[in-house]
Amino acid sequence: MTPEPIQPLPTEPGPIQPLPTRPKPILAVRDIGKSYGAVRALQGVSASVGAGEVLCVLGDNGAGKSTFIKILAGAHPHSEGTLLAFGTERRFTHPREALDLGIATVYQDLAVVGLMPVWRNFFLAAERTRGRGPLRRLDVAGMRATTKRELARMGIDLRDVDQPIGTLSGGERQSVAIARAVYFGAKVVILDEPTSALGVKQAGVVLSYIARARDRGLGVVFITHNPHHAYPVGDRFLLLQRGRSLGDFAKSEITIDEMTALMAGGPELEALAHELERR
Amino acid sequence: MTLVVEAGLDDRLKRTHPLLTLLRRPEVGALVAAVGIFTFFSLFTQAFLTPAGVSTWLYSASLFGIMAVAVALLMIGGEFDLSAGAMTGTTGLIVGVVTTQWGLNLWLALGLALAVALSIGAANAYIVMKTGLPSFIVTLATFFILQGCNLAVTKLVTGSVAIQGMGVVPGFDQAKLFFGSAFPLLGMEVKVSIVWWIALTALATWVLLRTRPGNWVFAVGGEVTSARQIGVPVFRVKLGLFMTTAGAGWLVGMLQLFDVSTVQATTGVGQEFIYIICAVVGGCLLTGGYGSAIGAALGALIYGMTLQGIVFAQWDNNWLKAFLGGMLLLAVLVNLLVRRQTGARA
Repeated sequence: MTPEPIQPLPTEPGPIQPLPTRPKPILAVRDIGKSYGAVRALQGVSASVGAGEVLCVLGDNGAGKSTFIKILAGAHPHSEGTLLAFGTERRFTHPREALDLGIATVYQDLAVVGLMPVWRNFFLAAERTRGRGPLRRLDVAGMRATTKRELARMGIDLRDVDQPIGTLSGGERQSVAIARAVYFGAKVVILDEPTSALGVKQAGVVLSYIARARDRGLGVVFITHNPHHAYPVGDRFLLLQRGRSLGDFAKSEITIDEMTALMAGGPELEALAHELERR
Repeated sequence: MTLVVEAGLDDRLKRTHPLLTLLRRPEVGALVAAVGIFTFFSLFTQAFLTPAGVSTWLYSASLFGIMAVAVALLMIGGEFDLSAGAMTGTTGLIVGVVTTQWGLNLWLALGLALAVALSIGAANAYIVMKTGLPSFIVTLATFFILQGCNLAVTKLVTGSVAIQGMGVVPGFDQAKLFFGSAFPLLGMEVKVSIVWWIALTALATWVLLRTRPGNWVFAVGGEVTSARQIGVPVFRVKLGLFMTTAGAGWLVGMLQLFDVSTVQATTGVGQEFIYIICAVVGGCLLTGGYGSAIGAALGALIYGMTLQGIVFAQWDNNWLKAFLGGMLLLAVLVNLLVRRQTGARA
């Protein structure tokens, strides 16, 4: 892992203090909330992410992580509070609106077509063409070269971008999806549990790509329920529990033990500790 | 840690790479089989390799080939069309009835038949996409409707189950130039349908591998949810595919009509499965997302060669069905292997 480039200086321990030393947030929420009918899935959550920062959103199942992403990704509009994207107040009603602003979401199921080659997946629905009229054709050589180059920039060295993407491991597929979002102009990438379905080793691969995306100046929102995945790459940590915020901490304000203790405990944590030891 | 994983990946690639590259071409199996069957009948029958023999099995293959290519595109896009066979009858009958019975201009009749075919294709697509029902069921219904109408309407209007007198319709000879003519080549009598077949196979291959819509066909057939999520216009792609298949049905209907100047009300019934078999023998996965137009054309070539080869060899014609079944089973087993090799971790 690369050393942390940004160390915010806390003036006091505790949640939600806009800190002057941090980069200007490119995506921020204040007291945001969402109700589905009578159910308040999320309330009073504040957090932000700047360029070159990783915001980790942690919480157990049902903590409101999915609702939080859906608001940022534009899948569901928020019902309370404010959402600021690049300094302007927004209320997304369609994923396209978020995407057009450069907020890309990589969902757990990845949106890749297993039988298609890596490069065709990389450019799917945004294919590059050459020529005009009836001779308008896919720029196959160009797309192959770009795919190879962009994946290499993310540290994924594929010998053959013509192999079906289904032959890649889960971690690699996740990384291709991240690289694709970055290439198509994302300023902020939202990653929905990218490591949860992966083994320890593969999770490590994905974490290093997250660090790379951050080093390239992207804002990363990394949703996970695993503090051991979040802590090494995170700059800020938003902890959710039962739809409420337990706080938005800078890395210097919280230790991994405090973080795990703040989240719901139980046998799951022992399993995680075990996983940490193996790494 | 990254380095370790990547080194492992490269090792694995080096080991399986040549095999994967070969298997990645869906048409390889069909090519091998076509060469084998060609050699067999060339050696064991007198008539197979004569100019007359070659033009016979090429013509036979061309009619199945045009449909098989269209059906292959549809199958790569993840759908079936069981009404494709009956469609060749429907379009021929429409032209026959409106020209011989009602005296409509032949060119208008051709346009009318094409419009009807495309509308039926669009209706198939619309019902499949709006209801989410399997296209297998929806087009099975269309198939029976067409089959019934072909017989009932023809009988109602003409009083018989075949159209006669096409040859005297004004404009028939001009239209025959496009659909029913033949020209000499290397001592063979090459029918124009063979030109259509080769041209459409080339066009379909170009579209599939070198255009954006072709890329989308693979995507909607391979993983429709992912395709939609990433912005592929799923409905338009499937609509286009169903209409292409119906359009091909119209073309084959015309090719048959102008070749023999008559059309039976039962034309095309039972052939829909042969198109699917040709496509599968050519490497199409039944589950969609994988296949090739050239492969489907080769599948049709295999069928055409066998169909005529068995006649030339003076065997019992019923062996054809047994052979067809054997080929299908073999092709499906090969496809399964492909799926295991390329998509095991998908």
